Amino acid sequence: MVADFTAISPSALGQNLEGSLCVQSVSKEFVSTDGHKVQALKDVAFSVRPGEFVSLLGPSGCGKSTLLRLAAGLDGPTSGRLLLDGKPIEGPSAERGLVFQDPTLYPWLTVRGNIETGLRIAGALKERAGEVDEFIRLVGLEGFDSAYPHHLSGGMAQRVALARALINHPKVLFLDEPLGALDAFNRMRMQDEVLKLWKLRLTTVLLVTHDIDEAIYMSDRIIVMSHRPGAVEDILGVEMPRPRQRNNPYFTHLRNAILEMLHFAKKETIEYYL
Amino acid sequence: MTASRNPAYSKGSIIPGDLPRTRFSEGLLPAILTLLPMAALLLALALHTSLPARQASPVSGYYALLLKVFAALALAAAALQLFLPSWRRGFRSMAPLATVTILIPAALDLITLKFALLPLPYFPGPDLILKSLWFDRGLLAECVLHSMFLLLSGYFVGIFTGLVTGILIGWYTACRYWMMPVLKTLGPVPATVWIPLSLVLFPTTWLSGVFLIALAVWFPVTVMTSTGISNVRIAHLEVARTMGASRRYLVFHVALPSALPDIFIGLFMGLCAAFLTLVVAEMMGVKAGLGWYVNWAQNWTEYSKVFAAIIIITFFFSGIMTLLFKIRDKVLFWMKGVIKW
Repeated sequence: MVADFTAISPSALGQNLEGSLCVQSVSKEFVSTDGHKVQALKDVAFSVRPGEFVSLLGPSGCGKSTLLRLAAGLDGPTSGRLLLDGKPIEGPSAERGLVFQDPTLYPWLTVRGNIETGLRIAGALKERAGEVDEFIRLVGLEGFDSAYPHHLSGGMAQRVALARALINHPKVLFLDEPLGALDAFNRMRMQDEVLKLWKLRLTTVLLVTHDIDEAIYMSDRIIVMSHRPGAVEDILGVEMPRPRQRNNPYFTHLRNAILEMLHFAKKETIEYYL
Repeated sequence: MTASRNPAYSKGSIIPGDLPRTRFSEGLLPAILTLLPMAALLLALALHTSLPARQASPVSGYYALLLKVFAALALAAAALQLFLPSWRRGFRSMAPLATVTILIPAALDLITLKFALLPLPYFPGPDLILKSLWFDRGLLAECVLHSMFLLLSGYFVGIFTGLVTGILIGWYTACRYWMMPVLKTLGPVPATVWIPLSLVLFPTTWLSGVFLIALAVWFPVTVMTSTGISNVRIAHLEVARTMGASRRYLVFHVALPSALPDIFIGLFMGLCAAFLTLVVAEMMGVKAGLGWYVNWAQNWTEYSKVFAAIIIITFFFSGIMTLLFKIRDKVLFWMKGVIKW
């Protein structure tokens, strides 16, 4: 049988050997303004294979965004280390892309100007200008290249942010609740868009989300995090072929398991009466 | 959705509401209203020519000539707007304002020349002022050029130094620590206080004028630039950092553009301060320019020349201010619809 490219995750194809992320017993403490310490992360450890799509799932305040900031190199851990392809992460770099919940587009630049930013920083705008058009097409914004961000809807702005993060071919893409501000329908559509980009770029993706369905629909594995201090509760593999069906019984089963894990549902107990 | 169906997304789109819509802009009554400016001009002319003059000054005829020319222009414009729909709304909404504006010199003509309610030589009528304006046109043009050169020299030196110190204070905490006290103590002091010192420090009065204007501009530009730079959204910087941006890129391509709206407020405040300082500097030491002209005419008690110069100053300064606002609208194009000024 010929493998359907769109149905298999890139990691299964083994094409992308770069972009493995390793989080080794990472802890992070913050000192609040009144001087006492808040432990945001405690002994977090996991690894992500090259090309894998992994979700960090947990309630608000469980430190998943903090973890993403550490991985992006915007903050340093209090203890432990983070490695990308075996090299320690010591600061932000173009090989790790980041998309926030807020698109944070530069309002003074057009759609094209925003997407070009990475190339301009890399000093490669001239030789790779063609890629900008390719990305504008890829995220479905043809005809909008000279529009300014305040003209864009939330979904369109987030597509621009995705294109901007991907243009420098990062080995890992960190997504911090990128679809959190969208309505339910736009959200589902954008989930497919993100998956399409992931398959095309063969990038490792680490997605932070508090939407259980989103995590199940999109990920190869789900890292469930517990509340304060943030720690890994469990790691679940999602053994479903792609493209996935949201009404699949396994989907429902997985959702229930996660809800139980997070103490939002009681374990089903069946009582028999004879 | 495609771009062609959304004109707002294409370049150079016209945002509706550029012209004020007043109740004078549509209907039959407005059509009559369009003739009001001409009527006002003819009324002013009639008053000027028919009433006997009580102020003892010869009438040159420049005022009457100007009224006739404007009346002809007003009639032509009123006729043209019938055939140019694109002009119509603007013309009709401006007609009431123009009418009242015309009545101001007409009223002044009555108060001074006709009824002599105010004494000469301090309160000359429009005719006398226009005569002085025309008589001294060469010298006034020279003064405008001189003032313009001094103003722009000082303004640009002030902007440049203000941007440099503003960026340093906004970006580096060490610079903020050492430079803020200087800014806080020297900034609020009017630049004109330094006139005695600057006349000693600089070899020419022109250079001391440049220094004073630059000093007056430097303060607001520094304050607003540093405010804009330090208020840049952290997320905007972080996005650039995750793409490998250098500090230079962060300052000049992220912080500086995001500070532009604030910087333009500083440029506006700086321009106001520059006008004031320019006039005072020219009155106090610089031997040329419009400020010097006003002072010189006053010393000869030629008040018609004083008023002539004031008219020139009005158009000159408001023209430069308008230019600044036009530049801002062009540069801050991306903000249109986000912030209303």
